[in-house]
Amino acid sequence: MRLDKLGVVIAVITGYAVTVAPFATFRANRIVAGEPQTLLNSLPAWAGPTLLAIIGIAVLIGLFRTPATFRLAASFAALIALFLLIGLAAEHLTPANNTYARVSPASGFWLLLFAFALLAADALTRLQPTPLMRIIVLVLAGAFIGGVLASGSWDKLSILKEYGARADSFWTEAGKHITLTIGSLVAAVLVGIPLGVLCHRVQKLRAIVLNVLNIVQTIPSIALFGILIAPLGWIAAHVPGAAEIGIKGIGMAPAFVALFLYSLLPVVANTVVGLAGVPSGANDAARGVGMTERQRLFKVEFPLAFPVILTGVRIVLVQNIGLATIAALIGGGGFGVFVFQGIGQTAMDLVLLGAVPTVLLAFAAATILDAAVELSSPSHSRTSA
Amino acid sequence: MKLRFPTILRLLVFALLIVFLIRPEWFASVFRPLTENNAPAIYNQGSLLTLTLLHLRTVAIATAGATVVAIALAILVTRPIGAEFLPLSRSLVNIGQTFPPVAVLALAVPAVGFGEKPTLIALFLYGLLPIFENSLTGLTTLPPTVTDAARGVGMTGWQRLIKVELPLAMPIILAGIRLSVVINLATATIGSTVAAKTLGEVIIAGLQSNNLAFVLQGGLIVGILAVMIYDGMSAIEKFIAKRTGLVQQT
Repeated sequence: MRLDKLGVVIAVITGYAVTVAPFATFRANRIVAGEPQTLLNSLPAWAGPTLLAIIGIAVLIGLFRTPATFRLAASFAALIALFLLIGLAAEHLTPANNTYARVSPASGFWLLLFAFALLAADALTRLQPTPLMRIIVLVLAGAFIGGVLASGSWDKLSILKEYGARADSFWTEAGKHITLTIGSLVAAVLVGIPLGVLCHRVQKLRAIVLNVLNIVQTIPSIALFGILIAPLGWIAAHVPGAAEIGIKGIGMAPAFVALFLYSLLPVVANTVVGLAGVPSGANDAARGVGMTERQRLFKVEFPLAFPVILTGVRIVLVQNIGLATIAALIGGGGFGVFVFQGIGQTAMDLVLLGAVPTVLLAFAAATILDAAVELSSPSHSRTSA
Repeated sequence: MKLRFPTILRLLVFALLIVFLIRPEWFASVFRPLTENNAPAIYNQGSLLTLTLLHLRTVAIATAGATVVAIALAILVTRPIGAEFLPLSRSLVNIGQTFPPVAVLALAVPAVGFGEKPTLIALFLYGLLPIFENSLTGLTTLPPTVTDAARGVGMTGWQRLIKVELPLAMPIILAGIRLSVVINLATATIGSTVAAKTLGEVIIAGLQSNNLAFVLQGGLIVGILAVMIYDGMSAIEKFIAKRTGLVQQT
């Protein structure tokens, strides 16, 4: 049997991860330096060798040229074992009745996670799943993580201890994060698509609008958030009723406006590109059958430009989920609150509590919208190009 | 060369930026209305010029590293020896772009400590993706007639790469580098949340002391730098494209 090149890379990474790198870190309390623990030390006597065996089999399947379904199954088995056993490691390493001790995953765990995620990504890419299949895999993975969280087997892990100490504020910030992201996206779509149509129709406007929006994109996010504090503060103080509906100089309002401004360029630009890509034959035919301008826009141009516009929405959504973390710097809330608190206290588990949900959210949004874009493209529903 | 209005405007803005960086106190009266309670109108916790140069240095080092690694990887996966990695590398680029820069920055801190290093890592990783993606597009969408011709005249794989494929892909690769530089110029400001010396320091000082003049100064310098570098690199791309004759060939 011939060797698989990616399999060799994965074997090298896992080899290093199980022999040299520590699997978990034990700390007597939240902020002292940790003691690295090897894989076999971190786990109960039965579990260590079991995990090594599962990893070994998965590496062997990856190392040789095996069918993609095998590789996918092997990588998922290894990932599931890793996820379940890291919780067990935390339980095993924490002394009984000690509430100060912290156990967190160390570099070995992260490397193993990376290696098998790589194997899984490669197998999935080779299988070329349909958009629907990708969403099903995503939902199953989400359900698995949700199940593990609900079962309480991760409760001894440091990141969940951070969560336990601030469960209420976690969900408040999560709500703010999603409100900021989705709210500014909806506002950008409502303003950006008509603006894009206008730019498509009026040649002179196009260059001006796109140039201005391009320049907005170059302003660093923390500066734009900061600059907006002044005008919004002025509006809150001088426009009657503005303060009552929540417009304030600091907090969510400037963050919302900043995200909205950043979102406009992808929406407007993609609307323009999408409309420009509508074949002139389709437009001529629409005019020929006597459609009014409005009918032509809604029945011909929009449906044909839709996949490109949706791609713009995908860019905005993923970008906003990341940028919303910065809102915490101006009191706008969101997962960034935990990231920046964690940086301030050099408590990395707190950073993770903010960063991990952000990454997962962005990844899920990208997967779902990529699938939606593919489903809406004409090449998907019709075979002829 | 005839100077047109946009060119004159750019030169003016550039001159203004240089004067501001060397003699910021001359502009104090402009920023005065933005301050409250007699707060300083011009950033006074360090030299704006030094911070600007450090900012540019951080971006330059990270982008240079990202350029070398990204082009090397793109060449590798488009050769027969690395072809197995091509589909996977495409998915990885897609996944990598969903990682928010703040998360990358914050997660790099435990590994390398505070300061410039986590910023360099975050900018390097973040800059890698656009360059890799564009290099991949450039190297995989070459007209087959050209590569066939190169093969026909007996060029070795190495010669084809250096003399045909890379020059033809160069404009697209340069566009990727330009995108990466502009993104990194803005992202570098976030590095100051982990104590890196960049223009973000000015903005954060403004946010903390509620001094809008600082926020605006930091933001304006980064914004102007980004627009000027974007324009400058676009001009270089056009020049190179013209020289390789890619423009006439439509």
